[in-house]
Amino acid sequence: MSSLAPGREAPAAIPVEKGGRTRPTGGGGSWWIYVLLGIGLLLLVGPFIWMILGSFKTTGELRQVPPTWLPEQWTTANYEDLFSRQNFVRFFFNSSIVAFFVTAGNVVFCSMLGYALAKLSFPGKRILFAVVLATLMVPAVVTFMPLFVLVANLGLVNTHAGMILPFLVGAFGVFLMRQFIGGIPDELLDAARVDGAGEHYIFWRIVMPLCGPALATLTILTFLASWNSFLWPLVVATGEDMFTLPVAVAFLATGQQETNVALLMAGSVVVILPILIVFILLQRHFTQGIAMTGIK
Amino acid sequence: MTAQSQTVGAGQPAPTSPRSHWREHLVAWSFALPYVLLFLVFMAGPILVALFTSFTDMRVTDIRNPLDIEITGIENYAAVLTDARFHKAAANTAVFVLIGVPLTIVLGLAAAVGLNQAVVKFRTLFRVGFYLPVVTSIVAIAVVWRLLLGTEVGLVNAVLASFGIDGPGWLNDERFALWSIIGVAAWRNLGFLMVIFLAGLQTIPKDLYEAAEVDGANSWQRFKGITLPLLRPTMLFGFVITGIGYVQFFEEPYVMTEGGPLNSTLSMALYTYNQFGFGNYGYTAAAAFVLFIAIATLTLVQFRLLRDET
Repeated sequence: MSSLAPGREAPAAIPVEKGGRTRPTGGGGSWWIYVLLGIGLLLLVGPFIWMILGSFKTTGELRQVPPTWLPEQWTTANYEDLFSRQNFVRFFFNSSIVAFFVTAGNVVFCSMLGYALAKLSFPGKRILFAVVLATLMVPAVVTFMPLFVLVANLGLVNTHAGMILPFLVGAFGVFLMRQFIGGIPDELLDAARVDGAGEHYIFWRIVMPLCGPALATLTILTFLASWNSFLWPLVVATGEDMFTLPVAVAFLATGQQETNVALLMAGSVVVILPILIVFILLQRHFTQGIAMTGIK
Repeated sequence: MTAQSQTVGAGQPAPTSPRSHWREHLVAWSFALPYVLLFLVFMAGPILVALFTSFTDMRVTDIRNPLDIEITGIENYAAVLTDARFHKAAANTAVFVLIGVPLTIVLGLAAAVGLNQAVVKFRTLFRVGFYLPVVTSIVAIAVVWRLLLGTEVGLVNAVLASFGIDGPGWLNDERFALWSIIGVAAWRNLGFLMVIFLAGLQTIPKDLYEAAEVDGANSWQRFKGITLPLLRPTMLFGFVITGIGYVQFFEEPYVMTEGGPLNSTLSMALYTYNQFGFGNYGYTAAAAFVLFIAIATLTLVQFRLLRDET
């Protein structure tokens, strides 16, 4: 088994993918690989296209047999319905405000702790890091009930604060920022200390500006997780005025009234579209984040 | 930098003196404090409260007076573990994990290996497309697939019908519902694993393949002899992360089937959530901890199985 030795090590050195880097290509790529990849792409992207096109169809056309691909008659009635009768402006606002504050909290607080863990010494440091990491394993389903009791006693049920506060910090961000800040050379910080800079000055003016890629990743992934989160908003948003987009769409799908298929499709598009746009613009950050942190 | 001089002083000239250590620690803790406070109140605290609650008869009506509750020992756990519906949920979750995780890993690995062979300029297109479902809200995806697989507008059965196949009730037939949900989960998550495996593939030195080729190994032998063993740590990571996620599957049955038909898609997380809805908080906590133990056990087993073959 000694030949496997490299494989047994912790995969710490797996690099972030760099475009254009040469790598093992088993023979230059045969045509059937492109066929298979193409079929895969169709299966993975097809449902999204079907949904976006479907959101511009009438309910009648959606129920038509055989189904149509392109809308026979384009209509924006579903979106008008969502934003006028269904309060989706409000849901969009709720999702945005929650994701904004959750992201801001994680960026600031996780970076601060990450800096302390990577570059400062204090008693309890190792235990603190171990405890924070251990919570990565704790499923949301364990904490949501006592969190609800806590939030209820704080009088924050059905408020933005109740949705935001429990998620202002997260273990993932600490892990990422500690990792990244650890790579900043100590000499740089020591030079600033010799010049008389305090730790807070060093953190905000020297360390944070150097953390661009990590902060971009943390911002994107936290915003994404918050925008898509479901269980906690479902529990805390007891009134329709506090619904986030996923809760609202789930409500449309499972509510008592007969499901309006066209409306449901348009609602799903509204949930997905902002993320889709950001993803296509910044896709490198999304996947880099996985490579950067996912594999340690 | 002179503006910052008030925070200096006890610092650099003599960093070893006990007094400066004390200052240093205080500064370090000031960085940790906001996180630690929020963490204690909203994470550590609730975990301990949940553990305590699981041994009590707490109900929704006790929210305002937590002191009214009575300690009932392991009664909740006994009730959870003997509930037939929980057995069903546990069995469904086991199938979901045991079939779903390997299926997702295989699909993700296949996509990564395929993409690794493709010409660089196509790679971004495929990677973006394959990764798209990963960044999308599970609720939205569950809605789309509910419609695709459903009876109202079911595109999947319409396509099958055009080939003369009479498709089943994917989500309302208890023989198919759980498998359909497993398929949707694999569809959503394979892109995540693809990205991880792509990163892993790049660490494999090219000359290993060249040497094997010189020795006459065909591409399958190279895959089995080089790629798979060297991807072991990446695979372990993929199995653990996917496993932890899949044990908690919730949104898919919540939106697509509401746990039905006949509890055939009821998951442990959905079961727990339903108990919360009924107001049985002590019972909810007990069910949640059973799920937690399942996650911890699964993770441990995966580490044992995949860390080292010897």
